Amino acid sequence: MMEKMIFGRYIPGDSFVHRLDPRSKLVFVFAFIIIVFLANNTITYGLLLAFTLFIILLSRIRLYFLINGLKPVLILLVFTFLIHIIFTREGNIVFELGFFKIYEEGVRQGIYISIRFVVLVFVTSVLTLTTSPISITDGIEVLLNPLKKVKLPVHELALMMSIALRFIPTLMDETDKIMKAQMARGSDLSAGPLKDRIKAVVPLLVPLFVSAFKRAEDLATAMEVRGYRGGEGRTRYRKLKWDWRDSISLVVLIALAALLIYLRT
Amino acid sequence: MSEILSFNNVSFSYTPEVKDARKAVQNVSFTINEGEWISIVGHNGSGKSTMVKIISGLLFPQEGEVHVMKNVLTEENLWETRTQIGMVFQNPDNQFVGATVQDDVAFALENNGVPHEEMVKRVHTSLKQVNMDSFLNHEPHHLSGGQKQRVAIAGALAMRPKILILDEATAMLDPQGRAEVLNTVQELREETRLTVLSITHDVEEALLADRILFMNDGKKYAEGSPQEVFSLGDKLVEFGLELPFAMRMTKLLKANGVSLIGEHMTEEELVNDLWTSNFNK
Ligand SMILES: Nc1ncnc2c1ncn2[C@@H]1O[C@H](COP(=O)(O)OP(=O)(O)O)[C@@H](O)[C@H]1O
Ligand SMILES: [Mg+2]
Repeated sequence: MMEKMIFGRYIPGDSFVHRLDPRSKLVFVFAFIIIVFLANNTITYGLLLAFTLFIILLSRIRLYFLINGLKPVLILLVFTFLIHIIFTREGNIVFELGFFKIYEEGVRQGIYISIRFVVLVFVTSVLTLTTSPISITDGIEVLLNPLKKVKLPVHELALMMSIALRFIPTLMDETDKIMKAQMARGSDLSAGPLKDRIKAVVPLLVPLFVSAFKRAEDLATAMEVRGYRGGEGRTRYRKLKWDWRDSISLVVLIALAALLIYLRT
Repeated sequence: MSEILSFNNVSFSYTPEVKDARKAVQNVSFTINEGEWISIVGHNGSGKSTMVKIISGLLFPQEGEVHVMKNVLTEENLWETRTQIGMVFQNPDNQFVGATVQDDVAFALENNGVPHEEMVKRVHTSLKQVNMDSFLNHEPHHLSGGQKQRVAIAGALAMRPKILILDEATAMLDPQGRAEVLNTVQELREETRLTVLSITHDVEEALLADRILFMNDGKKYAEGSPQEVFSLGDKLVEFGLELPFAMRMTKLLKANGVSLIGEHMTEEELVNDLWTSNFNK
């Protein structure tokens, strides 16, 4: 189950997309999310789809892997598609069975929305798959830096995020251990009525919280002793490098937006 | 020999407002000189970790003074002082701040505003010193406990501290991890004469030190070379400390009528005595 999920997973590599600066990738994805809404006819949606395939190719992530990993999301997609087909009543009737009618416009809208959905999900997945969480955090920190002027604690937020990411595997291991320990004492999490199962979760959460607080205290001590006193006067070990690839990808995105505006009806 | 760290009649209580409450540290004095390896031993709750917190300025004593590099530790020079002290704590997971090995080693450098090129250099040299230079991009959950502790040592070394303090840094490790960490510390001592203060439960580890401070209920009960301190024998056992394996063995052998000369601290001494003892008859 966990192996197949690709949300939040990072696959190391050195493709063109992998080598992009996290800042340009983040800007790219956010701009792309807006640009997608420019498409409104067959050519523009076709263009978006082709462009997305091109990005996936550049990232050297196997399409099969991507589709497989996004299966749960694709179910949602089928659902939206069906809703559009059933509830849109415009254009010619293309299929009729008793009182059940499918209209041409419904099929078209269904396909358009599906493409929009697929394109958004695939492009954001490519971002998270090709960028390590710590790079994403770094990118966000730098991009949000101007907001420090309005007193947004950007550095603290980024540090919180990176520490949270760092401790996810540790706490997962811990949960697993506690679960096994409670199971060894006869608690059963997987069977019985819902009420019993919820009750069985309590002896799991309590030790987990206690240990998380202990960890937080230890970590705070270790950080303070190592000279941490907020973002002021800190230097960064990780240097972000903006190079020609980043400029090119943003130029290409602007070109895509221009083309979409030109071709839309 | 120049002085690195000293306690001057230091007392500390977690509950100073309560009259006659037991103090976690009571009237403790000692001095650590450059190049020494000092061990602090004592039962659980004898005040060892409290002393470490006092040294790092996390707690301030109600009485007495702490000198680091001959300067009295105060709120004002706290951050400056912390750059001169490298610390490694007990739980390998709870002191790993960075997302990867190199980020973690760089953490203290980042905090102290070290320029980027210098940081990269220091991260690499400190990781080489603990033999972890091939793990630059590893994430903490892919490392063993011993490896994590070695990374923590590298993180401390990166600041080029005057003294390395290990608060039960090997207590949560398996025997192999423990050996890894101790070997690393010994190698560092040979190469750089780094001053080390190690707090430990493990008597075999304490034997490696030049001098041992023996704590009992917040008070310094004894201080001296491992030979001197462990010659207290049963007194130590009474205060909740185990004797080194060789010493226990010697005692048992003597009790069973084997004629041995003196107390033996290390297995080697014991073995030497054992196989020569019959000749001396
Ligand atoms: N945060 C705290 N608040 C109150 N009492 C504490 C705290 N930490 C430790 N103590 C008490 O101080 C004494 C010394 O503890 P500590 O220095 O942790 O001992 P050691 O490290 O030798 O096991 C113990 O009696 C302990 O219960
Ligand atoms: Mg302790």
